Amino acid sequence: MSNMLEKVGTLDRRFIYIFIALAVIIPLLAQLEFPVKPSPIVDAIFDHIDAMPPGSKLILTADYGPSTVPENQPMFEAVARHALHKGLKLYVLTIWATGPPMIEDMKEAVIDVDFPNMVEGTDWINLGYKAGNQGVINSAFSNFRQAFPTDINGANIDDVPMMDGIERLADFDMIVAIGSGFPGVKEWIQFGGDPSDVPMAGGVTAVEAPLLYPYYPSQLLGLMGGLQGAAEYEAALVAAYPQFEPTSTQAIKNMGPQTVAHIVIIIFIILGNISYLAGDRKSKLGGGQA
Amino acid sequence: MNISSDIQVWIAAALTLMIFSFLYKDNPFYKFAEHLFVGVSAAYWMVQGFWATLMPNLFGKIYPPMVEFAFPGFAGNDPEPLHIIPLIFGLLLLTRLIPPIATVSRLAMGLVIGFAAGTNLTRYLASDFVGQIDHTMVSLIDMSSGSFSLGGTINNLVLVSGVIAGLIYFFFSAEHKGVVGKVSRYGIWVLMVSFGAAFGYTVMARVSLLTGRMAFLLFDWLGLRGGA
Repeated sequence: MSNMLEKVGTLDRRFIYIFIALAVIIPLLAQLEFPVKPSPIVDAIFDHIDAMPPGSKLILTADYGPSTVPENQPMFEAVARHALHKGLKLYVLTIWATGPPMIEDMKEAVIDVDFPNMVEGTDWINLGYKAGNQGVINSAFSNFRQAFPTDINGANIDDVPMMDGIERLADFDMIVAIGSGFPGVKEWIQFGGDPSDVPMAGGVTAVEAPLLYPYYPSQLLGLMGGLQGAAEYEAALVAAYPQFEPTSTQAIKNMGPQTVAHIVIIIFIILGNISYLAGDRKSKLGGGQA
Repeated sequence: MNISSDIQVWIAAALTLMIFSFLYKDNPFYKFAEHLFVGVSAAYWMVQGFWATLMPNLFGKIYPPMVEFAFPGFAGNDPEPLHIIPLIFGLLLLTRLIPPIATVSRLAMGLVIGFAAGTNLTRYLASDFVGQIDHTMVSLIDMSSGSFSLGGTINNLVLVSGVIAGLIYFFFSAEHKGVVGKVSRYGIWVLMVSFGAAFGYTVMARVSLLTGRMAFLLFDWLGLRGGA
């Protein structure tokens, strides 16, 4: 028994990769799903957007790239779906060069499917990518039109109906920043939400989430952390508006494999520690030979 | 099983498998995919830099008719000659490539660093330093909802004691003995818990990305049943 435990400690890491791969593949194929209950930190975002009167102006950012699509895209799409369903004016933009294709994917998955009658420039607008990191947010804070003079198609925003009455960031009713690094949610808090006093929420990758919790609830009214955060928002959306169940359960579906993989990892951590302790005990009994 | 006939999906699947092959050991397929990624990324950023920055923010300001074909919104705009100044500073940056006059690039670099430092300093002070201190000054007995909240009180106690203990752990002007030592020890525990949470979240992020790639291979490429 002791020898077997020691062997676990020296197991080739490639066997662990195989176990993790199986832990993801099997639940995916079996379509394993677990119930997801929105936590207060995610519910706060949903409730705030749900309570906004139709016509309110919401900025939604896509500050991420293809490498974090599994985590960020579901939350981006769920918020866009919710906002458009509530009749909010949606202003989509990005300060990441890799953001425009993410916005295009959202358009195909959300607007073209669930809101085909929504008109670009009247109900929603894609302001595209602007280079300059936090400098863009800083510029938009004082003069939004200078920071975003055109939309994604190169059209002058002075000619866009839904830009009427917007001069600076404070003219918006809410900012929801979806991001995965720098510049991202933190920069939107520092240069956007805080100075303009516009209510702000965030959605980030799991890696970044612990760094942003300190901003909740004063500077961020809510935070979606990783796939779990996205799944919780989807759960809240589907519970309130069941018509979105066929299109807005991407993250909930991916939480099945996630949960199983976590269990496998926990088992390996426990086995690794038992193996270490067994080896340690044996070396002590053997006169300190390692 | 309904394998994709889309060439883009096949290319993406092949590149995914090439990258995964590194898990076995380093190999030429992995190297190829890695170098391709670096090359494509560099090209993508270059194109984005030209069309999203130089065209609308520089050429479109100095001489709007020059960019009208791509940005019809610039039609009729008046030229803004002052934008020649950033053009000059941009060219100065490029003098780094010419060793005899490379020093001149420091002028532009100094402007960039000075602007970034000045802007960031004020915002970091307001949002991170003062803001975070402000949000740590909470009532230890939580009555925010009008009545006593046990959960809120525990939350606030953990928050305040954790911040104080964490700060004391990094306070090296007094020897970590006696009361200071005990609080410092609690500070280490707080730090360890936060590192553990960060590590757990990192594992979660990596598994999420693996799930995304696996879903792509199984459903989009191989066309197996289901679909996430």
